[in-house]
Amino acid sequence: MPVEIRAVSDAEAAPAALPAPRRGATALRGAGLLVVLAALVLVGLLSVWTGTRGIAFSATWSALWNPDGSETSVIIHDYRIPRTLLGLLVGAALGLSGALMQALTRNPLAEPGLLGISLGSSAGVVVAIAFLGVGSVLGYVWFAFLGAALASAVVHLLGSAGRQLATPDRLVVAGAAVTAVLYAFNSAVLLLNPRAFDQFRFWTVGSLAGRYLDVVYVVLPFVATGLVIALLLGPSLNALALGDQMGRALGVNVHRTRILGAVGVMLLCGAATAAAGPIAFVGLVVPHLARFVVGPDQRWVLAYSMLLAPVLLIGADVLGRVMGAPGEVQVGIVTAFLGAPVFLALCRRRKLVML
Amino acid sequence: MSTAHDTPPAPPAPATAAGRRVHRPRVITGTVLRAGGLSVRVRGRALVVTAAALAALVAVALVSLTTGDYELSVGEVVRALAGQDSGGADFIVNTLRLPRLLTALAVGAALAVSGALLTSLTGNALGSPDVIGFTNGSAVGALTVIILMHGSMTQIAAGALVGGLATAAAVHLLMLGRGLHGFRLIVTGIGVSALLLAVNSYLITRATFQEALEAQAWLIGSLGNRGWIHAQAILLACAVLLPPAFVLSRRLSMVEMGDLTATALGVDVTRTRATLLVVSVALAAFATAVTGPIWFIALAAPQLARRLTRTAGPALLPAALTGALLLAGSDLAAQRLFAPALLPVGTATGTIGGLYLIWLLITESRKSRA
Repeated sequence: MPVEIRAVSDAEAAPAALPAPRRGATALRGAGLLVVLAALVLVGLLSVWTGTRGIAFSATWSALWNPDGSETSVIIHDYRIPRTLLGLLVGAALGLSGALMQALTRNPLAEPGLLGISLGSSAGVVVAIAFLGVGSVLGYVWFAFLGAALASAVVHLLGSAGRQLATPDRLVVAGAAVTAVLYAFNSAVLLLNPRAFDQFRFWTVGSLAGRYLDVVYVVLPFVATGLVIALLLGPSLNALALGDQMGRALGVNVHRTRILGAVGVMLLCGAATAAAGPIAFVGLVVPHLARFVVGPDQRWVLAYSMLLAPVLLIGADVLGRVMGAPGEVQVGIVTAFLGAPVFLALCRRRKLVML
Repeated sequence: MSTAHDTPPAPPAPATAAGRRVHRPRVITGTVLRAGGLSVRVRGRALVVTAAALAALVAVALVSLTTGDYELSVGEVVRALAGQDSGGADFIVNTLRLPRLLTALAVGAALAVSGALLTSLTGNALGSPDVIGFTNGSAVGALTVIILMHGSMTQIAAGALVGGLATAAAVHLLMLGRGLHGFRLIVTGIGVSALLLAVNSYLITRATFQEALEAQAWLIGSLGNRGWIHAQAILLACAVLLPPAFVLSRRLSMVEMGDLTATALGVDVTRTRATLLVVSVALAAFATAVTGPIWFIALAAPQLARRLTRTAGPALLPAALTGALLLAGSDLAAQRLFAPALLPVGTATGTIGGLYLIWLLITESRKSRA
């Protein structure tokens, strides 16, 4: 990991070293995307294979393709496959929402977890469950969206109070303030409601465990919509990277792009949080990693973020299961351990470059 | 009351022929009382604020001791305190309510002084131990001892101290070559905080459900079930750590003028800084060991005290009183407003603290715009 941190910060510190577009670059990036895809398949298989119950790889493989109702088959099809699929969805959503936020705000520290947007979603879910008696994921996913939208609006208003563009560090502090309020609120509600607390104990740290396929089906349409929005925005975001005025001169509808982007972030972040609880740092680290690999072209950054993030998330989930055996460490904790050093490395840079 | 700041300012000195103006900045505010060879400076406003805070403290203490599930009269409380009542009032006052109150007062004072020292050292109103991760570091240390070792109060305090000092060292190292000033420190601290929060969450998931529920209540900062052992621990810490803080704070107001000026005035800047940093971290750590990480007191109390007294330097005594008042008051409010639910005080201070931080951000941006 430290090697990567160095590399990221060096590449960022020297924008002059950005690779000039050359022939074959697209083919190379496309091939890279295939490599990431292969890594994703590999990590997915690993996630299906590892777990509390040791199952030989050959048995896993055969049970994967021939569900026969045996215990092994049930474990794999009812527990591990939904979990892996959820990791795929949540990871892609988090990576894309982080990349979208960084592009829209031109802020290298923008990320749903750090800016309090994930906690906004979870506050929405807490309200839905504790006060309105909503029990199903399909019921509270809407509250997650609402919470995400409200929290991001408040954080951006606070971060840009004073009419200048929100600077990276101000936005983070505003996010911390909103997080503090929401964290206290969530804790108070949950402590007053011990039965809900037992359910939330694992949910609030961000976990992929104990979710069944129905959760995947519920969040799939929202993630898919957000995904399409994000990928379609790529070219406009490229123009916006030059500044609002330049973007307008290049024929981009700045307002529409921003609003669509905000909707995309809300959908992706809300769905991910409703499904897995707040998970920080994935949305921060992955776009930086992607930018390091493919350079500043937003279309490629978005595509790579979408595939790299699930690799990281499912990998972290596997790591949590291996490290925590016979129990497990929640994936949100593992990603914080992996991501916080990257955040601190970004903070140490002489100047927080505006993207 | 005839004070120096009641007298009209001296008329501006006439410009000399060379065009230079002789400034007579008023260095000393307040009244100077002299008796023989001894003199003492009394600042009327600070005195009034301190007295008012003390009076409010007494009022909060009385309400805390007399009300609750079982109402007591003031007379009964006083008799119980004097040890002349052997019945139920003695148990309620001396075993249940008094230790909790003393813990609240001492923890509030310790956090406020810690915050006053640290915000002064970092030169940043946001640079308080709860924002830049020191309290979370102490919580990691204490929680490790609680969950993994089931340690005694002394061991928990030691764990918190080690955690807090390690966090301070880590943040210091991360800011090496960047100075301790500015927004960057706050952002770095928030990053460290997030990492430590993950450690805490991990420790909680390692615990059984009952332990986890307790640890969760502890993590948000709670005064519930605090007995004499907790009160003694934090009072002892205050007794040891507050005197050096008060003594050194006089130098701190010179350090605030800048390293060069302070050195010229005869202050050993490096040593003063280091000592006060350790004192500040230790105060926050011991407070955290007793109650868990309580937000907001360390952030807000010094600022409130400074605004109320309008002093130039860190006003430690008013800050300590304000902190004690805030925490005891918040605890009382959380207990009474949500009764019969046992809401930890941290939920109240966390909410107010976040809102206060938001207000601070808004006003600071106004200042920067002006």
